[in-house]
Amino acid sequence: MTPDESQTSVKTSQDTRAGRKAAKKASSDQNNLVSKDKAGAGVDRGFALLAKFAGIFILIILAFVAIFLTYNSFEAIYREDEGLVIGRFLSYAWPLIVGTLTVSIIALCISAPVAVGVALYISHYAPPRLSKSIGYVIDLLAAIPSVVYGAWGMVFLSGYLANFYVWVHEWFSWIPLFAGTPSATGRTVFTASVVLSVMILPIITSVAREIFIQTPKLHEEAALALGATRWEMIKMAVFPFARAGIISGIMLGLGRALGETMAVVMVLSAGSFTWSIISSGNNTIPAEIARNFGETGDGTERWHQLIAIGLVLFIITLIVNMVARWIVSRNKEFSGAN
Amino acid sequence: MSKNITAKNLNVYYGDFLAVEGINVEIAKKSVTAFIGPSGCGKTTFLRTLNRMHEVLPGARVEGQLFLDDDDIYGPGVDPVTVRAMVGMVFQRPNPFPTMSIRENVLAGYKLNGARLSRSQADDVVEGALRGANLWNEVKDRLDKPGSGLSGGQQQRLCIARTVAVKPDVILMDEPCSALDPISTLAIEDLIAELKQEYTIVIVTHNMQQAARVSEKTAFFNIAGTGKPGKMIEYDDTSVIFNNPSNEQTERYVSGKFG
Repeated sequence: MTPDESQTSVKTSQDTRAGRKAAKKASSDQNNLVSKDKAGAGVDRGFALLAKFAGIFILIILAFVAIFLTYNSFEAIYREDEGLVIGRFLSYAWPLIVGTLTVSIIALCISAPVAVGVALYISHYAPPRLSKSIGYVIDLLAAIPSVVYGAWGMVFLSGYLANFYVWVHEWFSWIPLFAGTPSATGRTVFTASVVLSVMILPIITSVAREIFIQTPKLHEEAALALGATRWEMIKMAVFPFARAGIISGIMLGLGRALGETMAVVMVLSAGSFTWSIISSGNNTIPAEIARNFGETGDGTERWHQLIAIGLVLFIITLIVNMVARWIVSRNKEFSGAN
Repeated sequence: MSKNITAKNLNVYYGDFLAVEGINVEIAKKSVTAFIGPSGCGKTTFLRTLNRMHEVLPGARVEGQLFLDDDDIYGPGVDPVTVRAMVGMVFQRPNPFPTMSIRENVLAGYKLNGARLSRSQADDVVEGALRGANLWNEVKDRLDKPGSGLSGGQQQRLCIARTVAVKPDVILMDEPCSALDPISTLAIEDLIAELKQEYTIVIVTHNMQQAARVSEKTAFFNIAGTGKPGKMIEYDDTSVIFNNPSNEQTERYVSGKFG
């Protein structure tokens, strides 16, 4: 609650109190207005309280998670017998951080253009009936459980991509990303990225579609009346209007990709760090935690490291969100929100 | 550049619904023509067929012919984009592009033609268009500020500048002053009087005094009832329409008996 709001609520309660006093005084004068709507005022106050509680509740949960993570992370970098062991933790953490970011960013690079294209097709190109059914199918993609995606990626997709990796390696092995021995099973970082990209596609698409549909007719017609083609109209009127929405959609997708666990656990045959995205190896933070947490004894250094790496993921997601907000709020003057 | 407009037996449909029926009209170049009539009578619909903007709505279509000088804009193979580059339009509510600066707004249409402009050429285009829209003196010091920061009347003149910048043959105005205060309205009306030296102007207005002030010719549209098509009832010199109309419906409308 902002100070502003709390002030007003204090004021209201004083007002009602003063009102009641006045009501007692004035009852002899028969002023009917003063005593009216007492029940309504009670409900009003009750609701304000409820809303306040709900707001605080979220903060408390967030604080608990943050405190739990921070408290338990400490022993990952400080052991009582050895002192500071930051170096050991870092050498454990960095491949996982790089792996997580690589998988997510590749997924985003595949997904974002496709999602924006699909959203545009639904909102501005497809005939109304078709656009409805396409939108429905895209939303269905979001309803598929991640285990199913994992199974699909592991059994079906990886087999096909394995042949592709051999080909890529043959021609592009001079690029470090395609340098290592191509995985025979195809269960690599790139395969995991492809699976993730399908999983985040519906999120980005639906956010982008919603915002594209809201483009003011006024601006679309302004562009058309100047002699713009449909694509030029989209560039002039739709994209500038939807920019913030597209970015927040992409960030939502990135958030999902960063945190996705099950699909990565199943698809990726994890291993030590390698720059190659077509060899087996690498791992992501959530997959690492999921694979090992159950088998690690409470309070061991490994256990603390797993918690600490979770905190790192938490911070990365936080930074992603803050950057997204910053991008959205930049150039507010030109946003059209005024 | 400026062109005559000729409509021959023009019908406008929304799906199966006949919205406007049997328009025959000749609009002379370098003149101001006003469309008046009660709400829903099809004057805006007809105006939008003059640059094929009605096609934005799904199911809207036109029968008949509409000539710009000698070219039928509904002829086979004619791209509406070409038509709209020749026939500019100013809308009811000012609609500068909110993410663009004043300068970019003026150049928006110009850049669509794929013209590569040097900085100084672009400056000339901007200045010329803004002077043409009587806006230059008010905005010359803040060309890089967003267009949405201007007042409503200034925004509308910015939209006119944007339209003028692409050098159209015809400028259509759909109730351009209905969202503006009287002083801004006066500024737009003065501007219309200047623009007709170079352009054919067609304006839809609900304000009969405005039609009387700015136009040389006036067309009165009316509708027989809900669900019936709108028709052009009378088209004549503005002075005739307002002082001595030949049709009884026109007479009743301009004298304020209905509408």
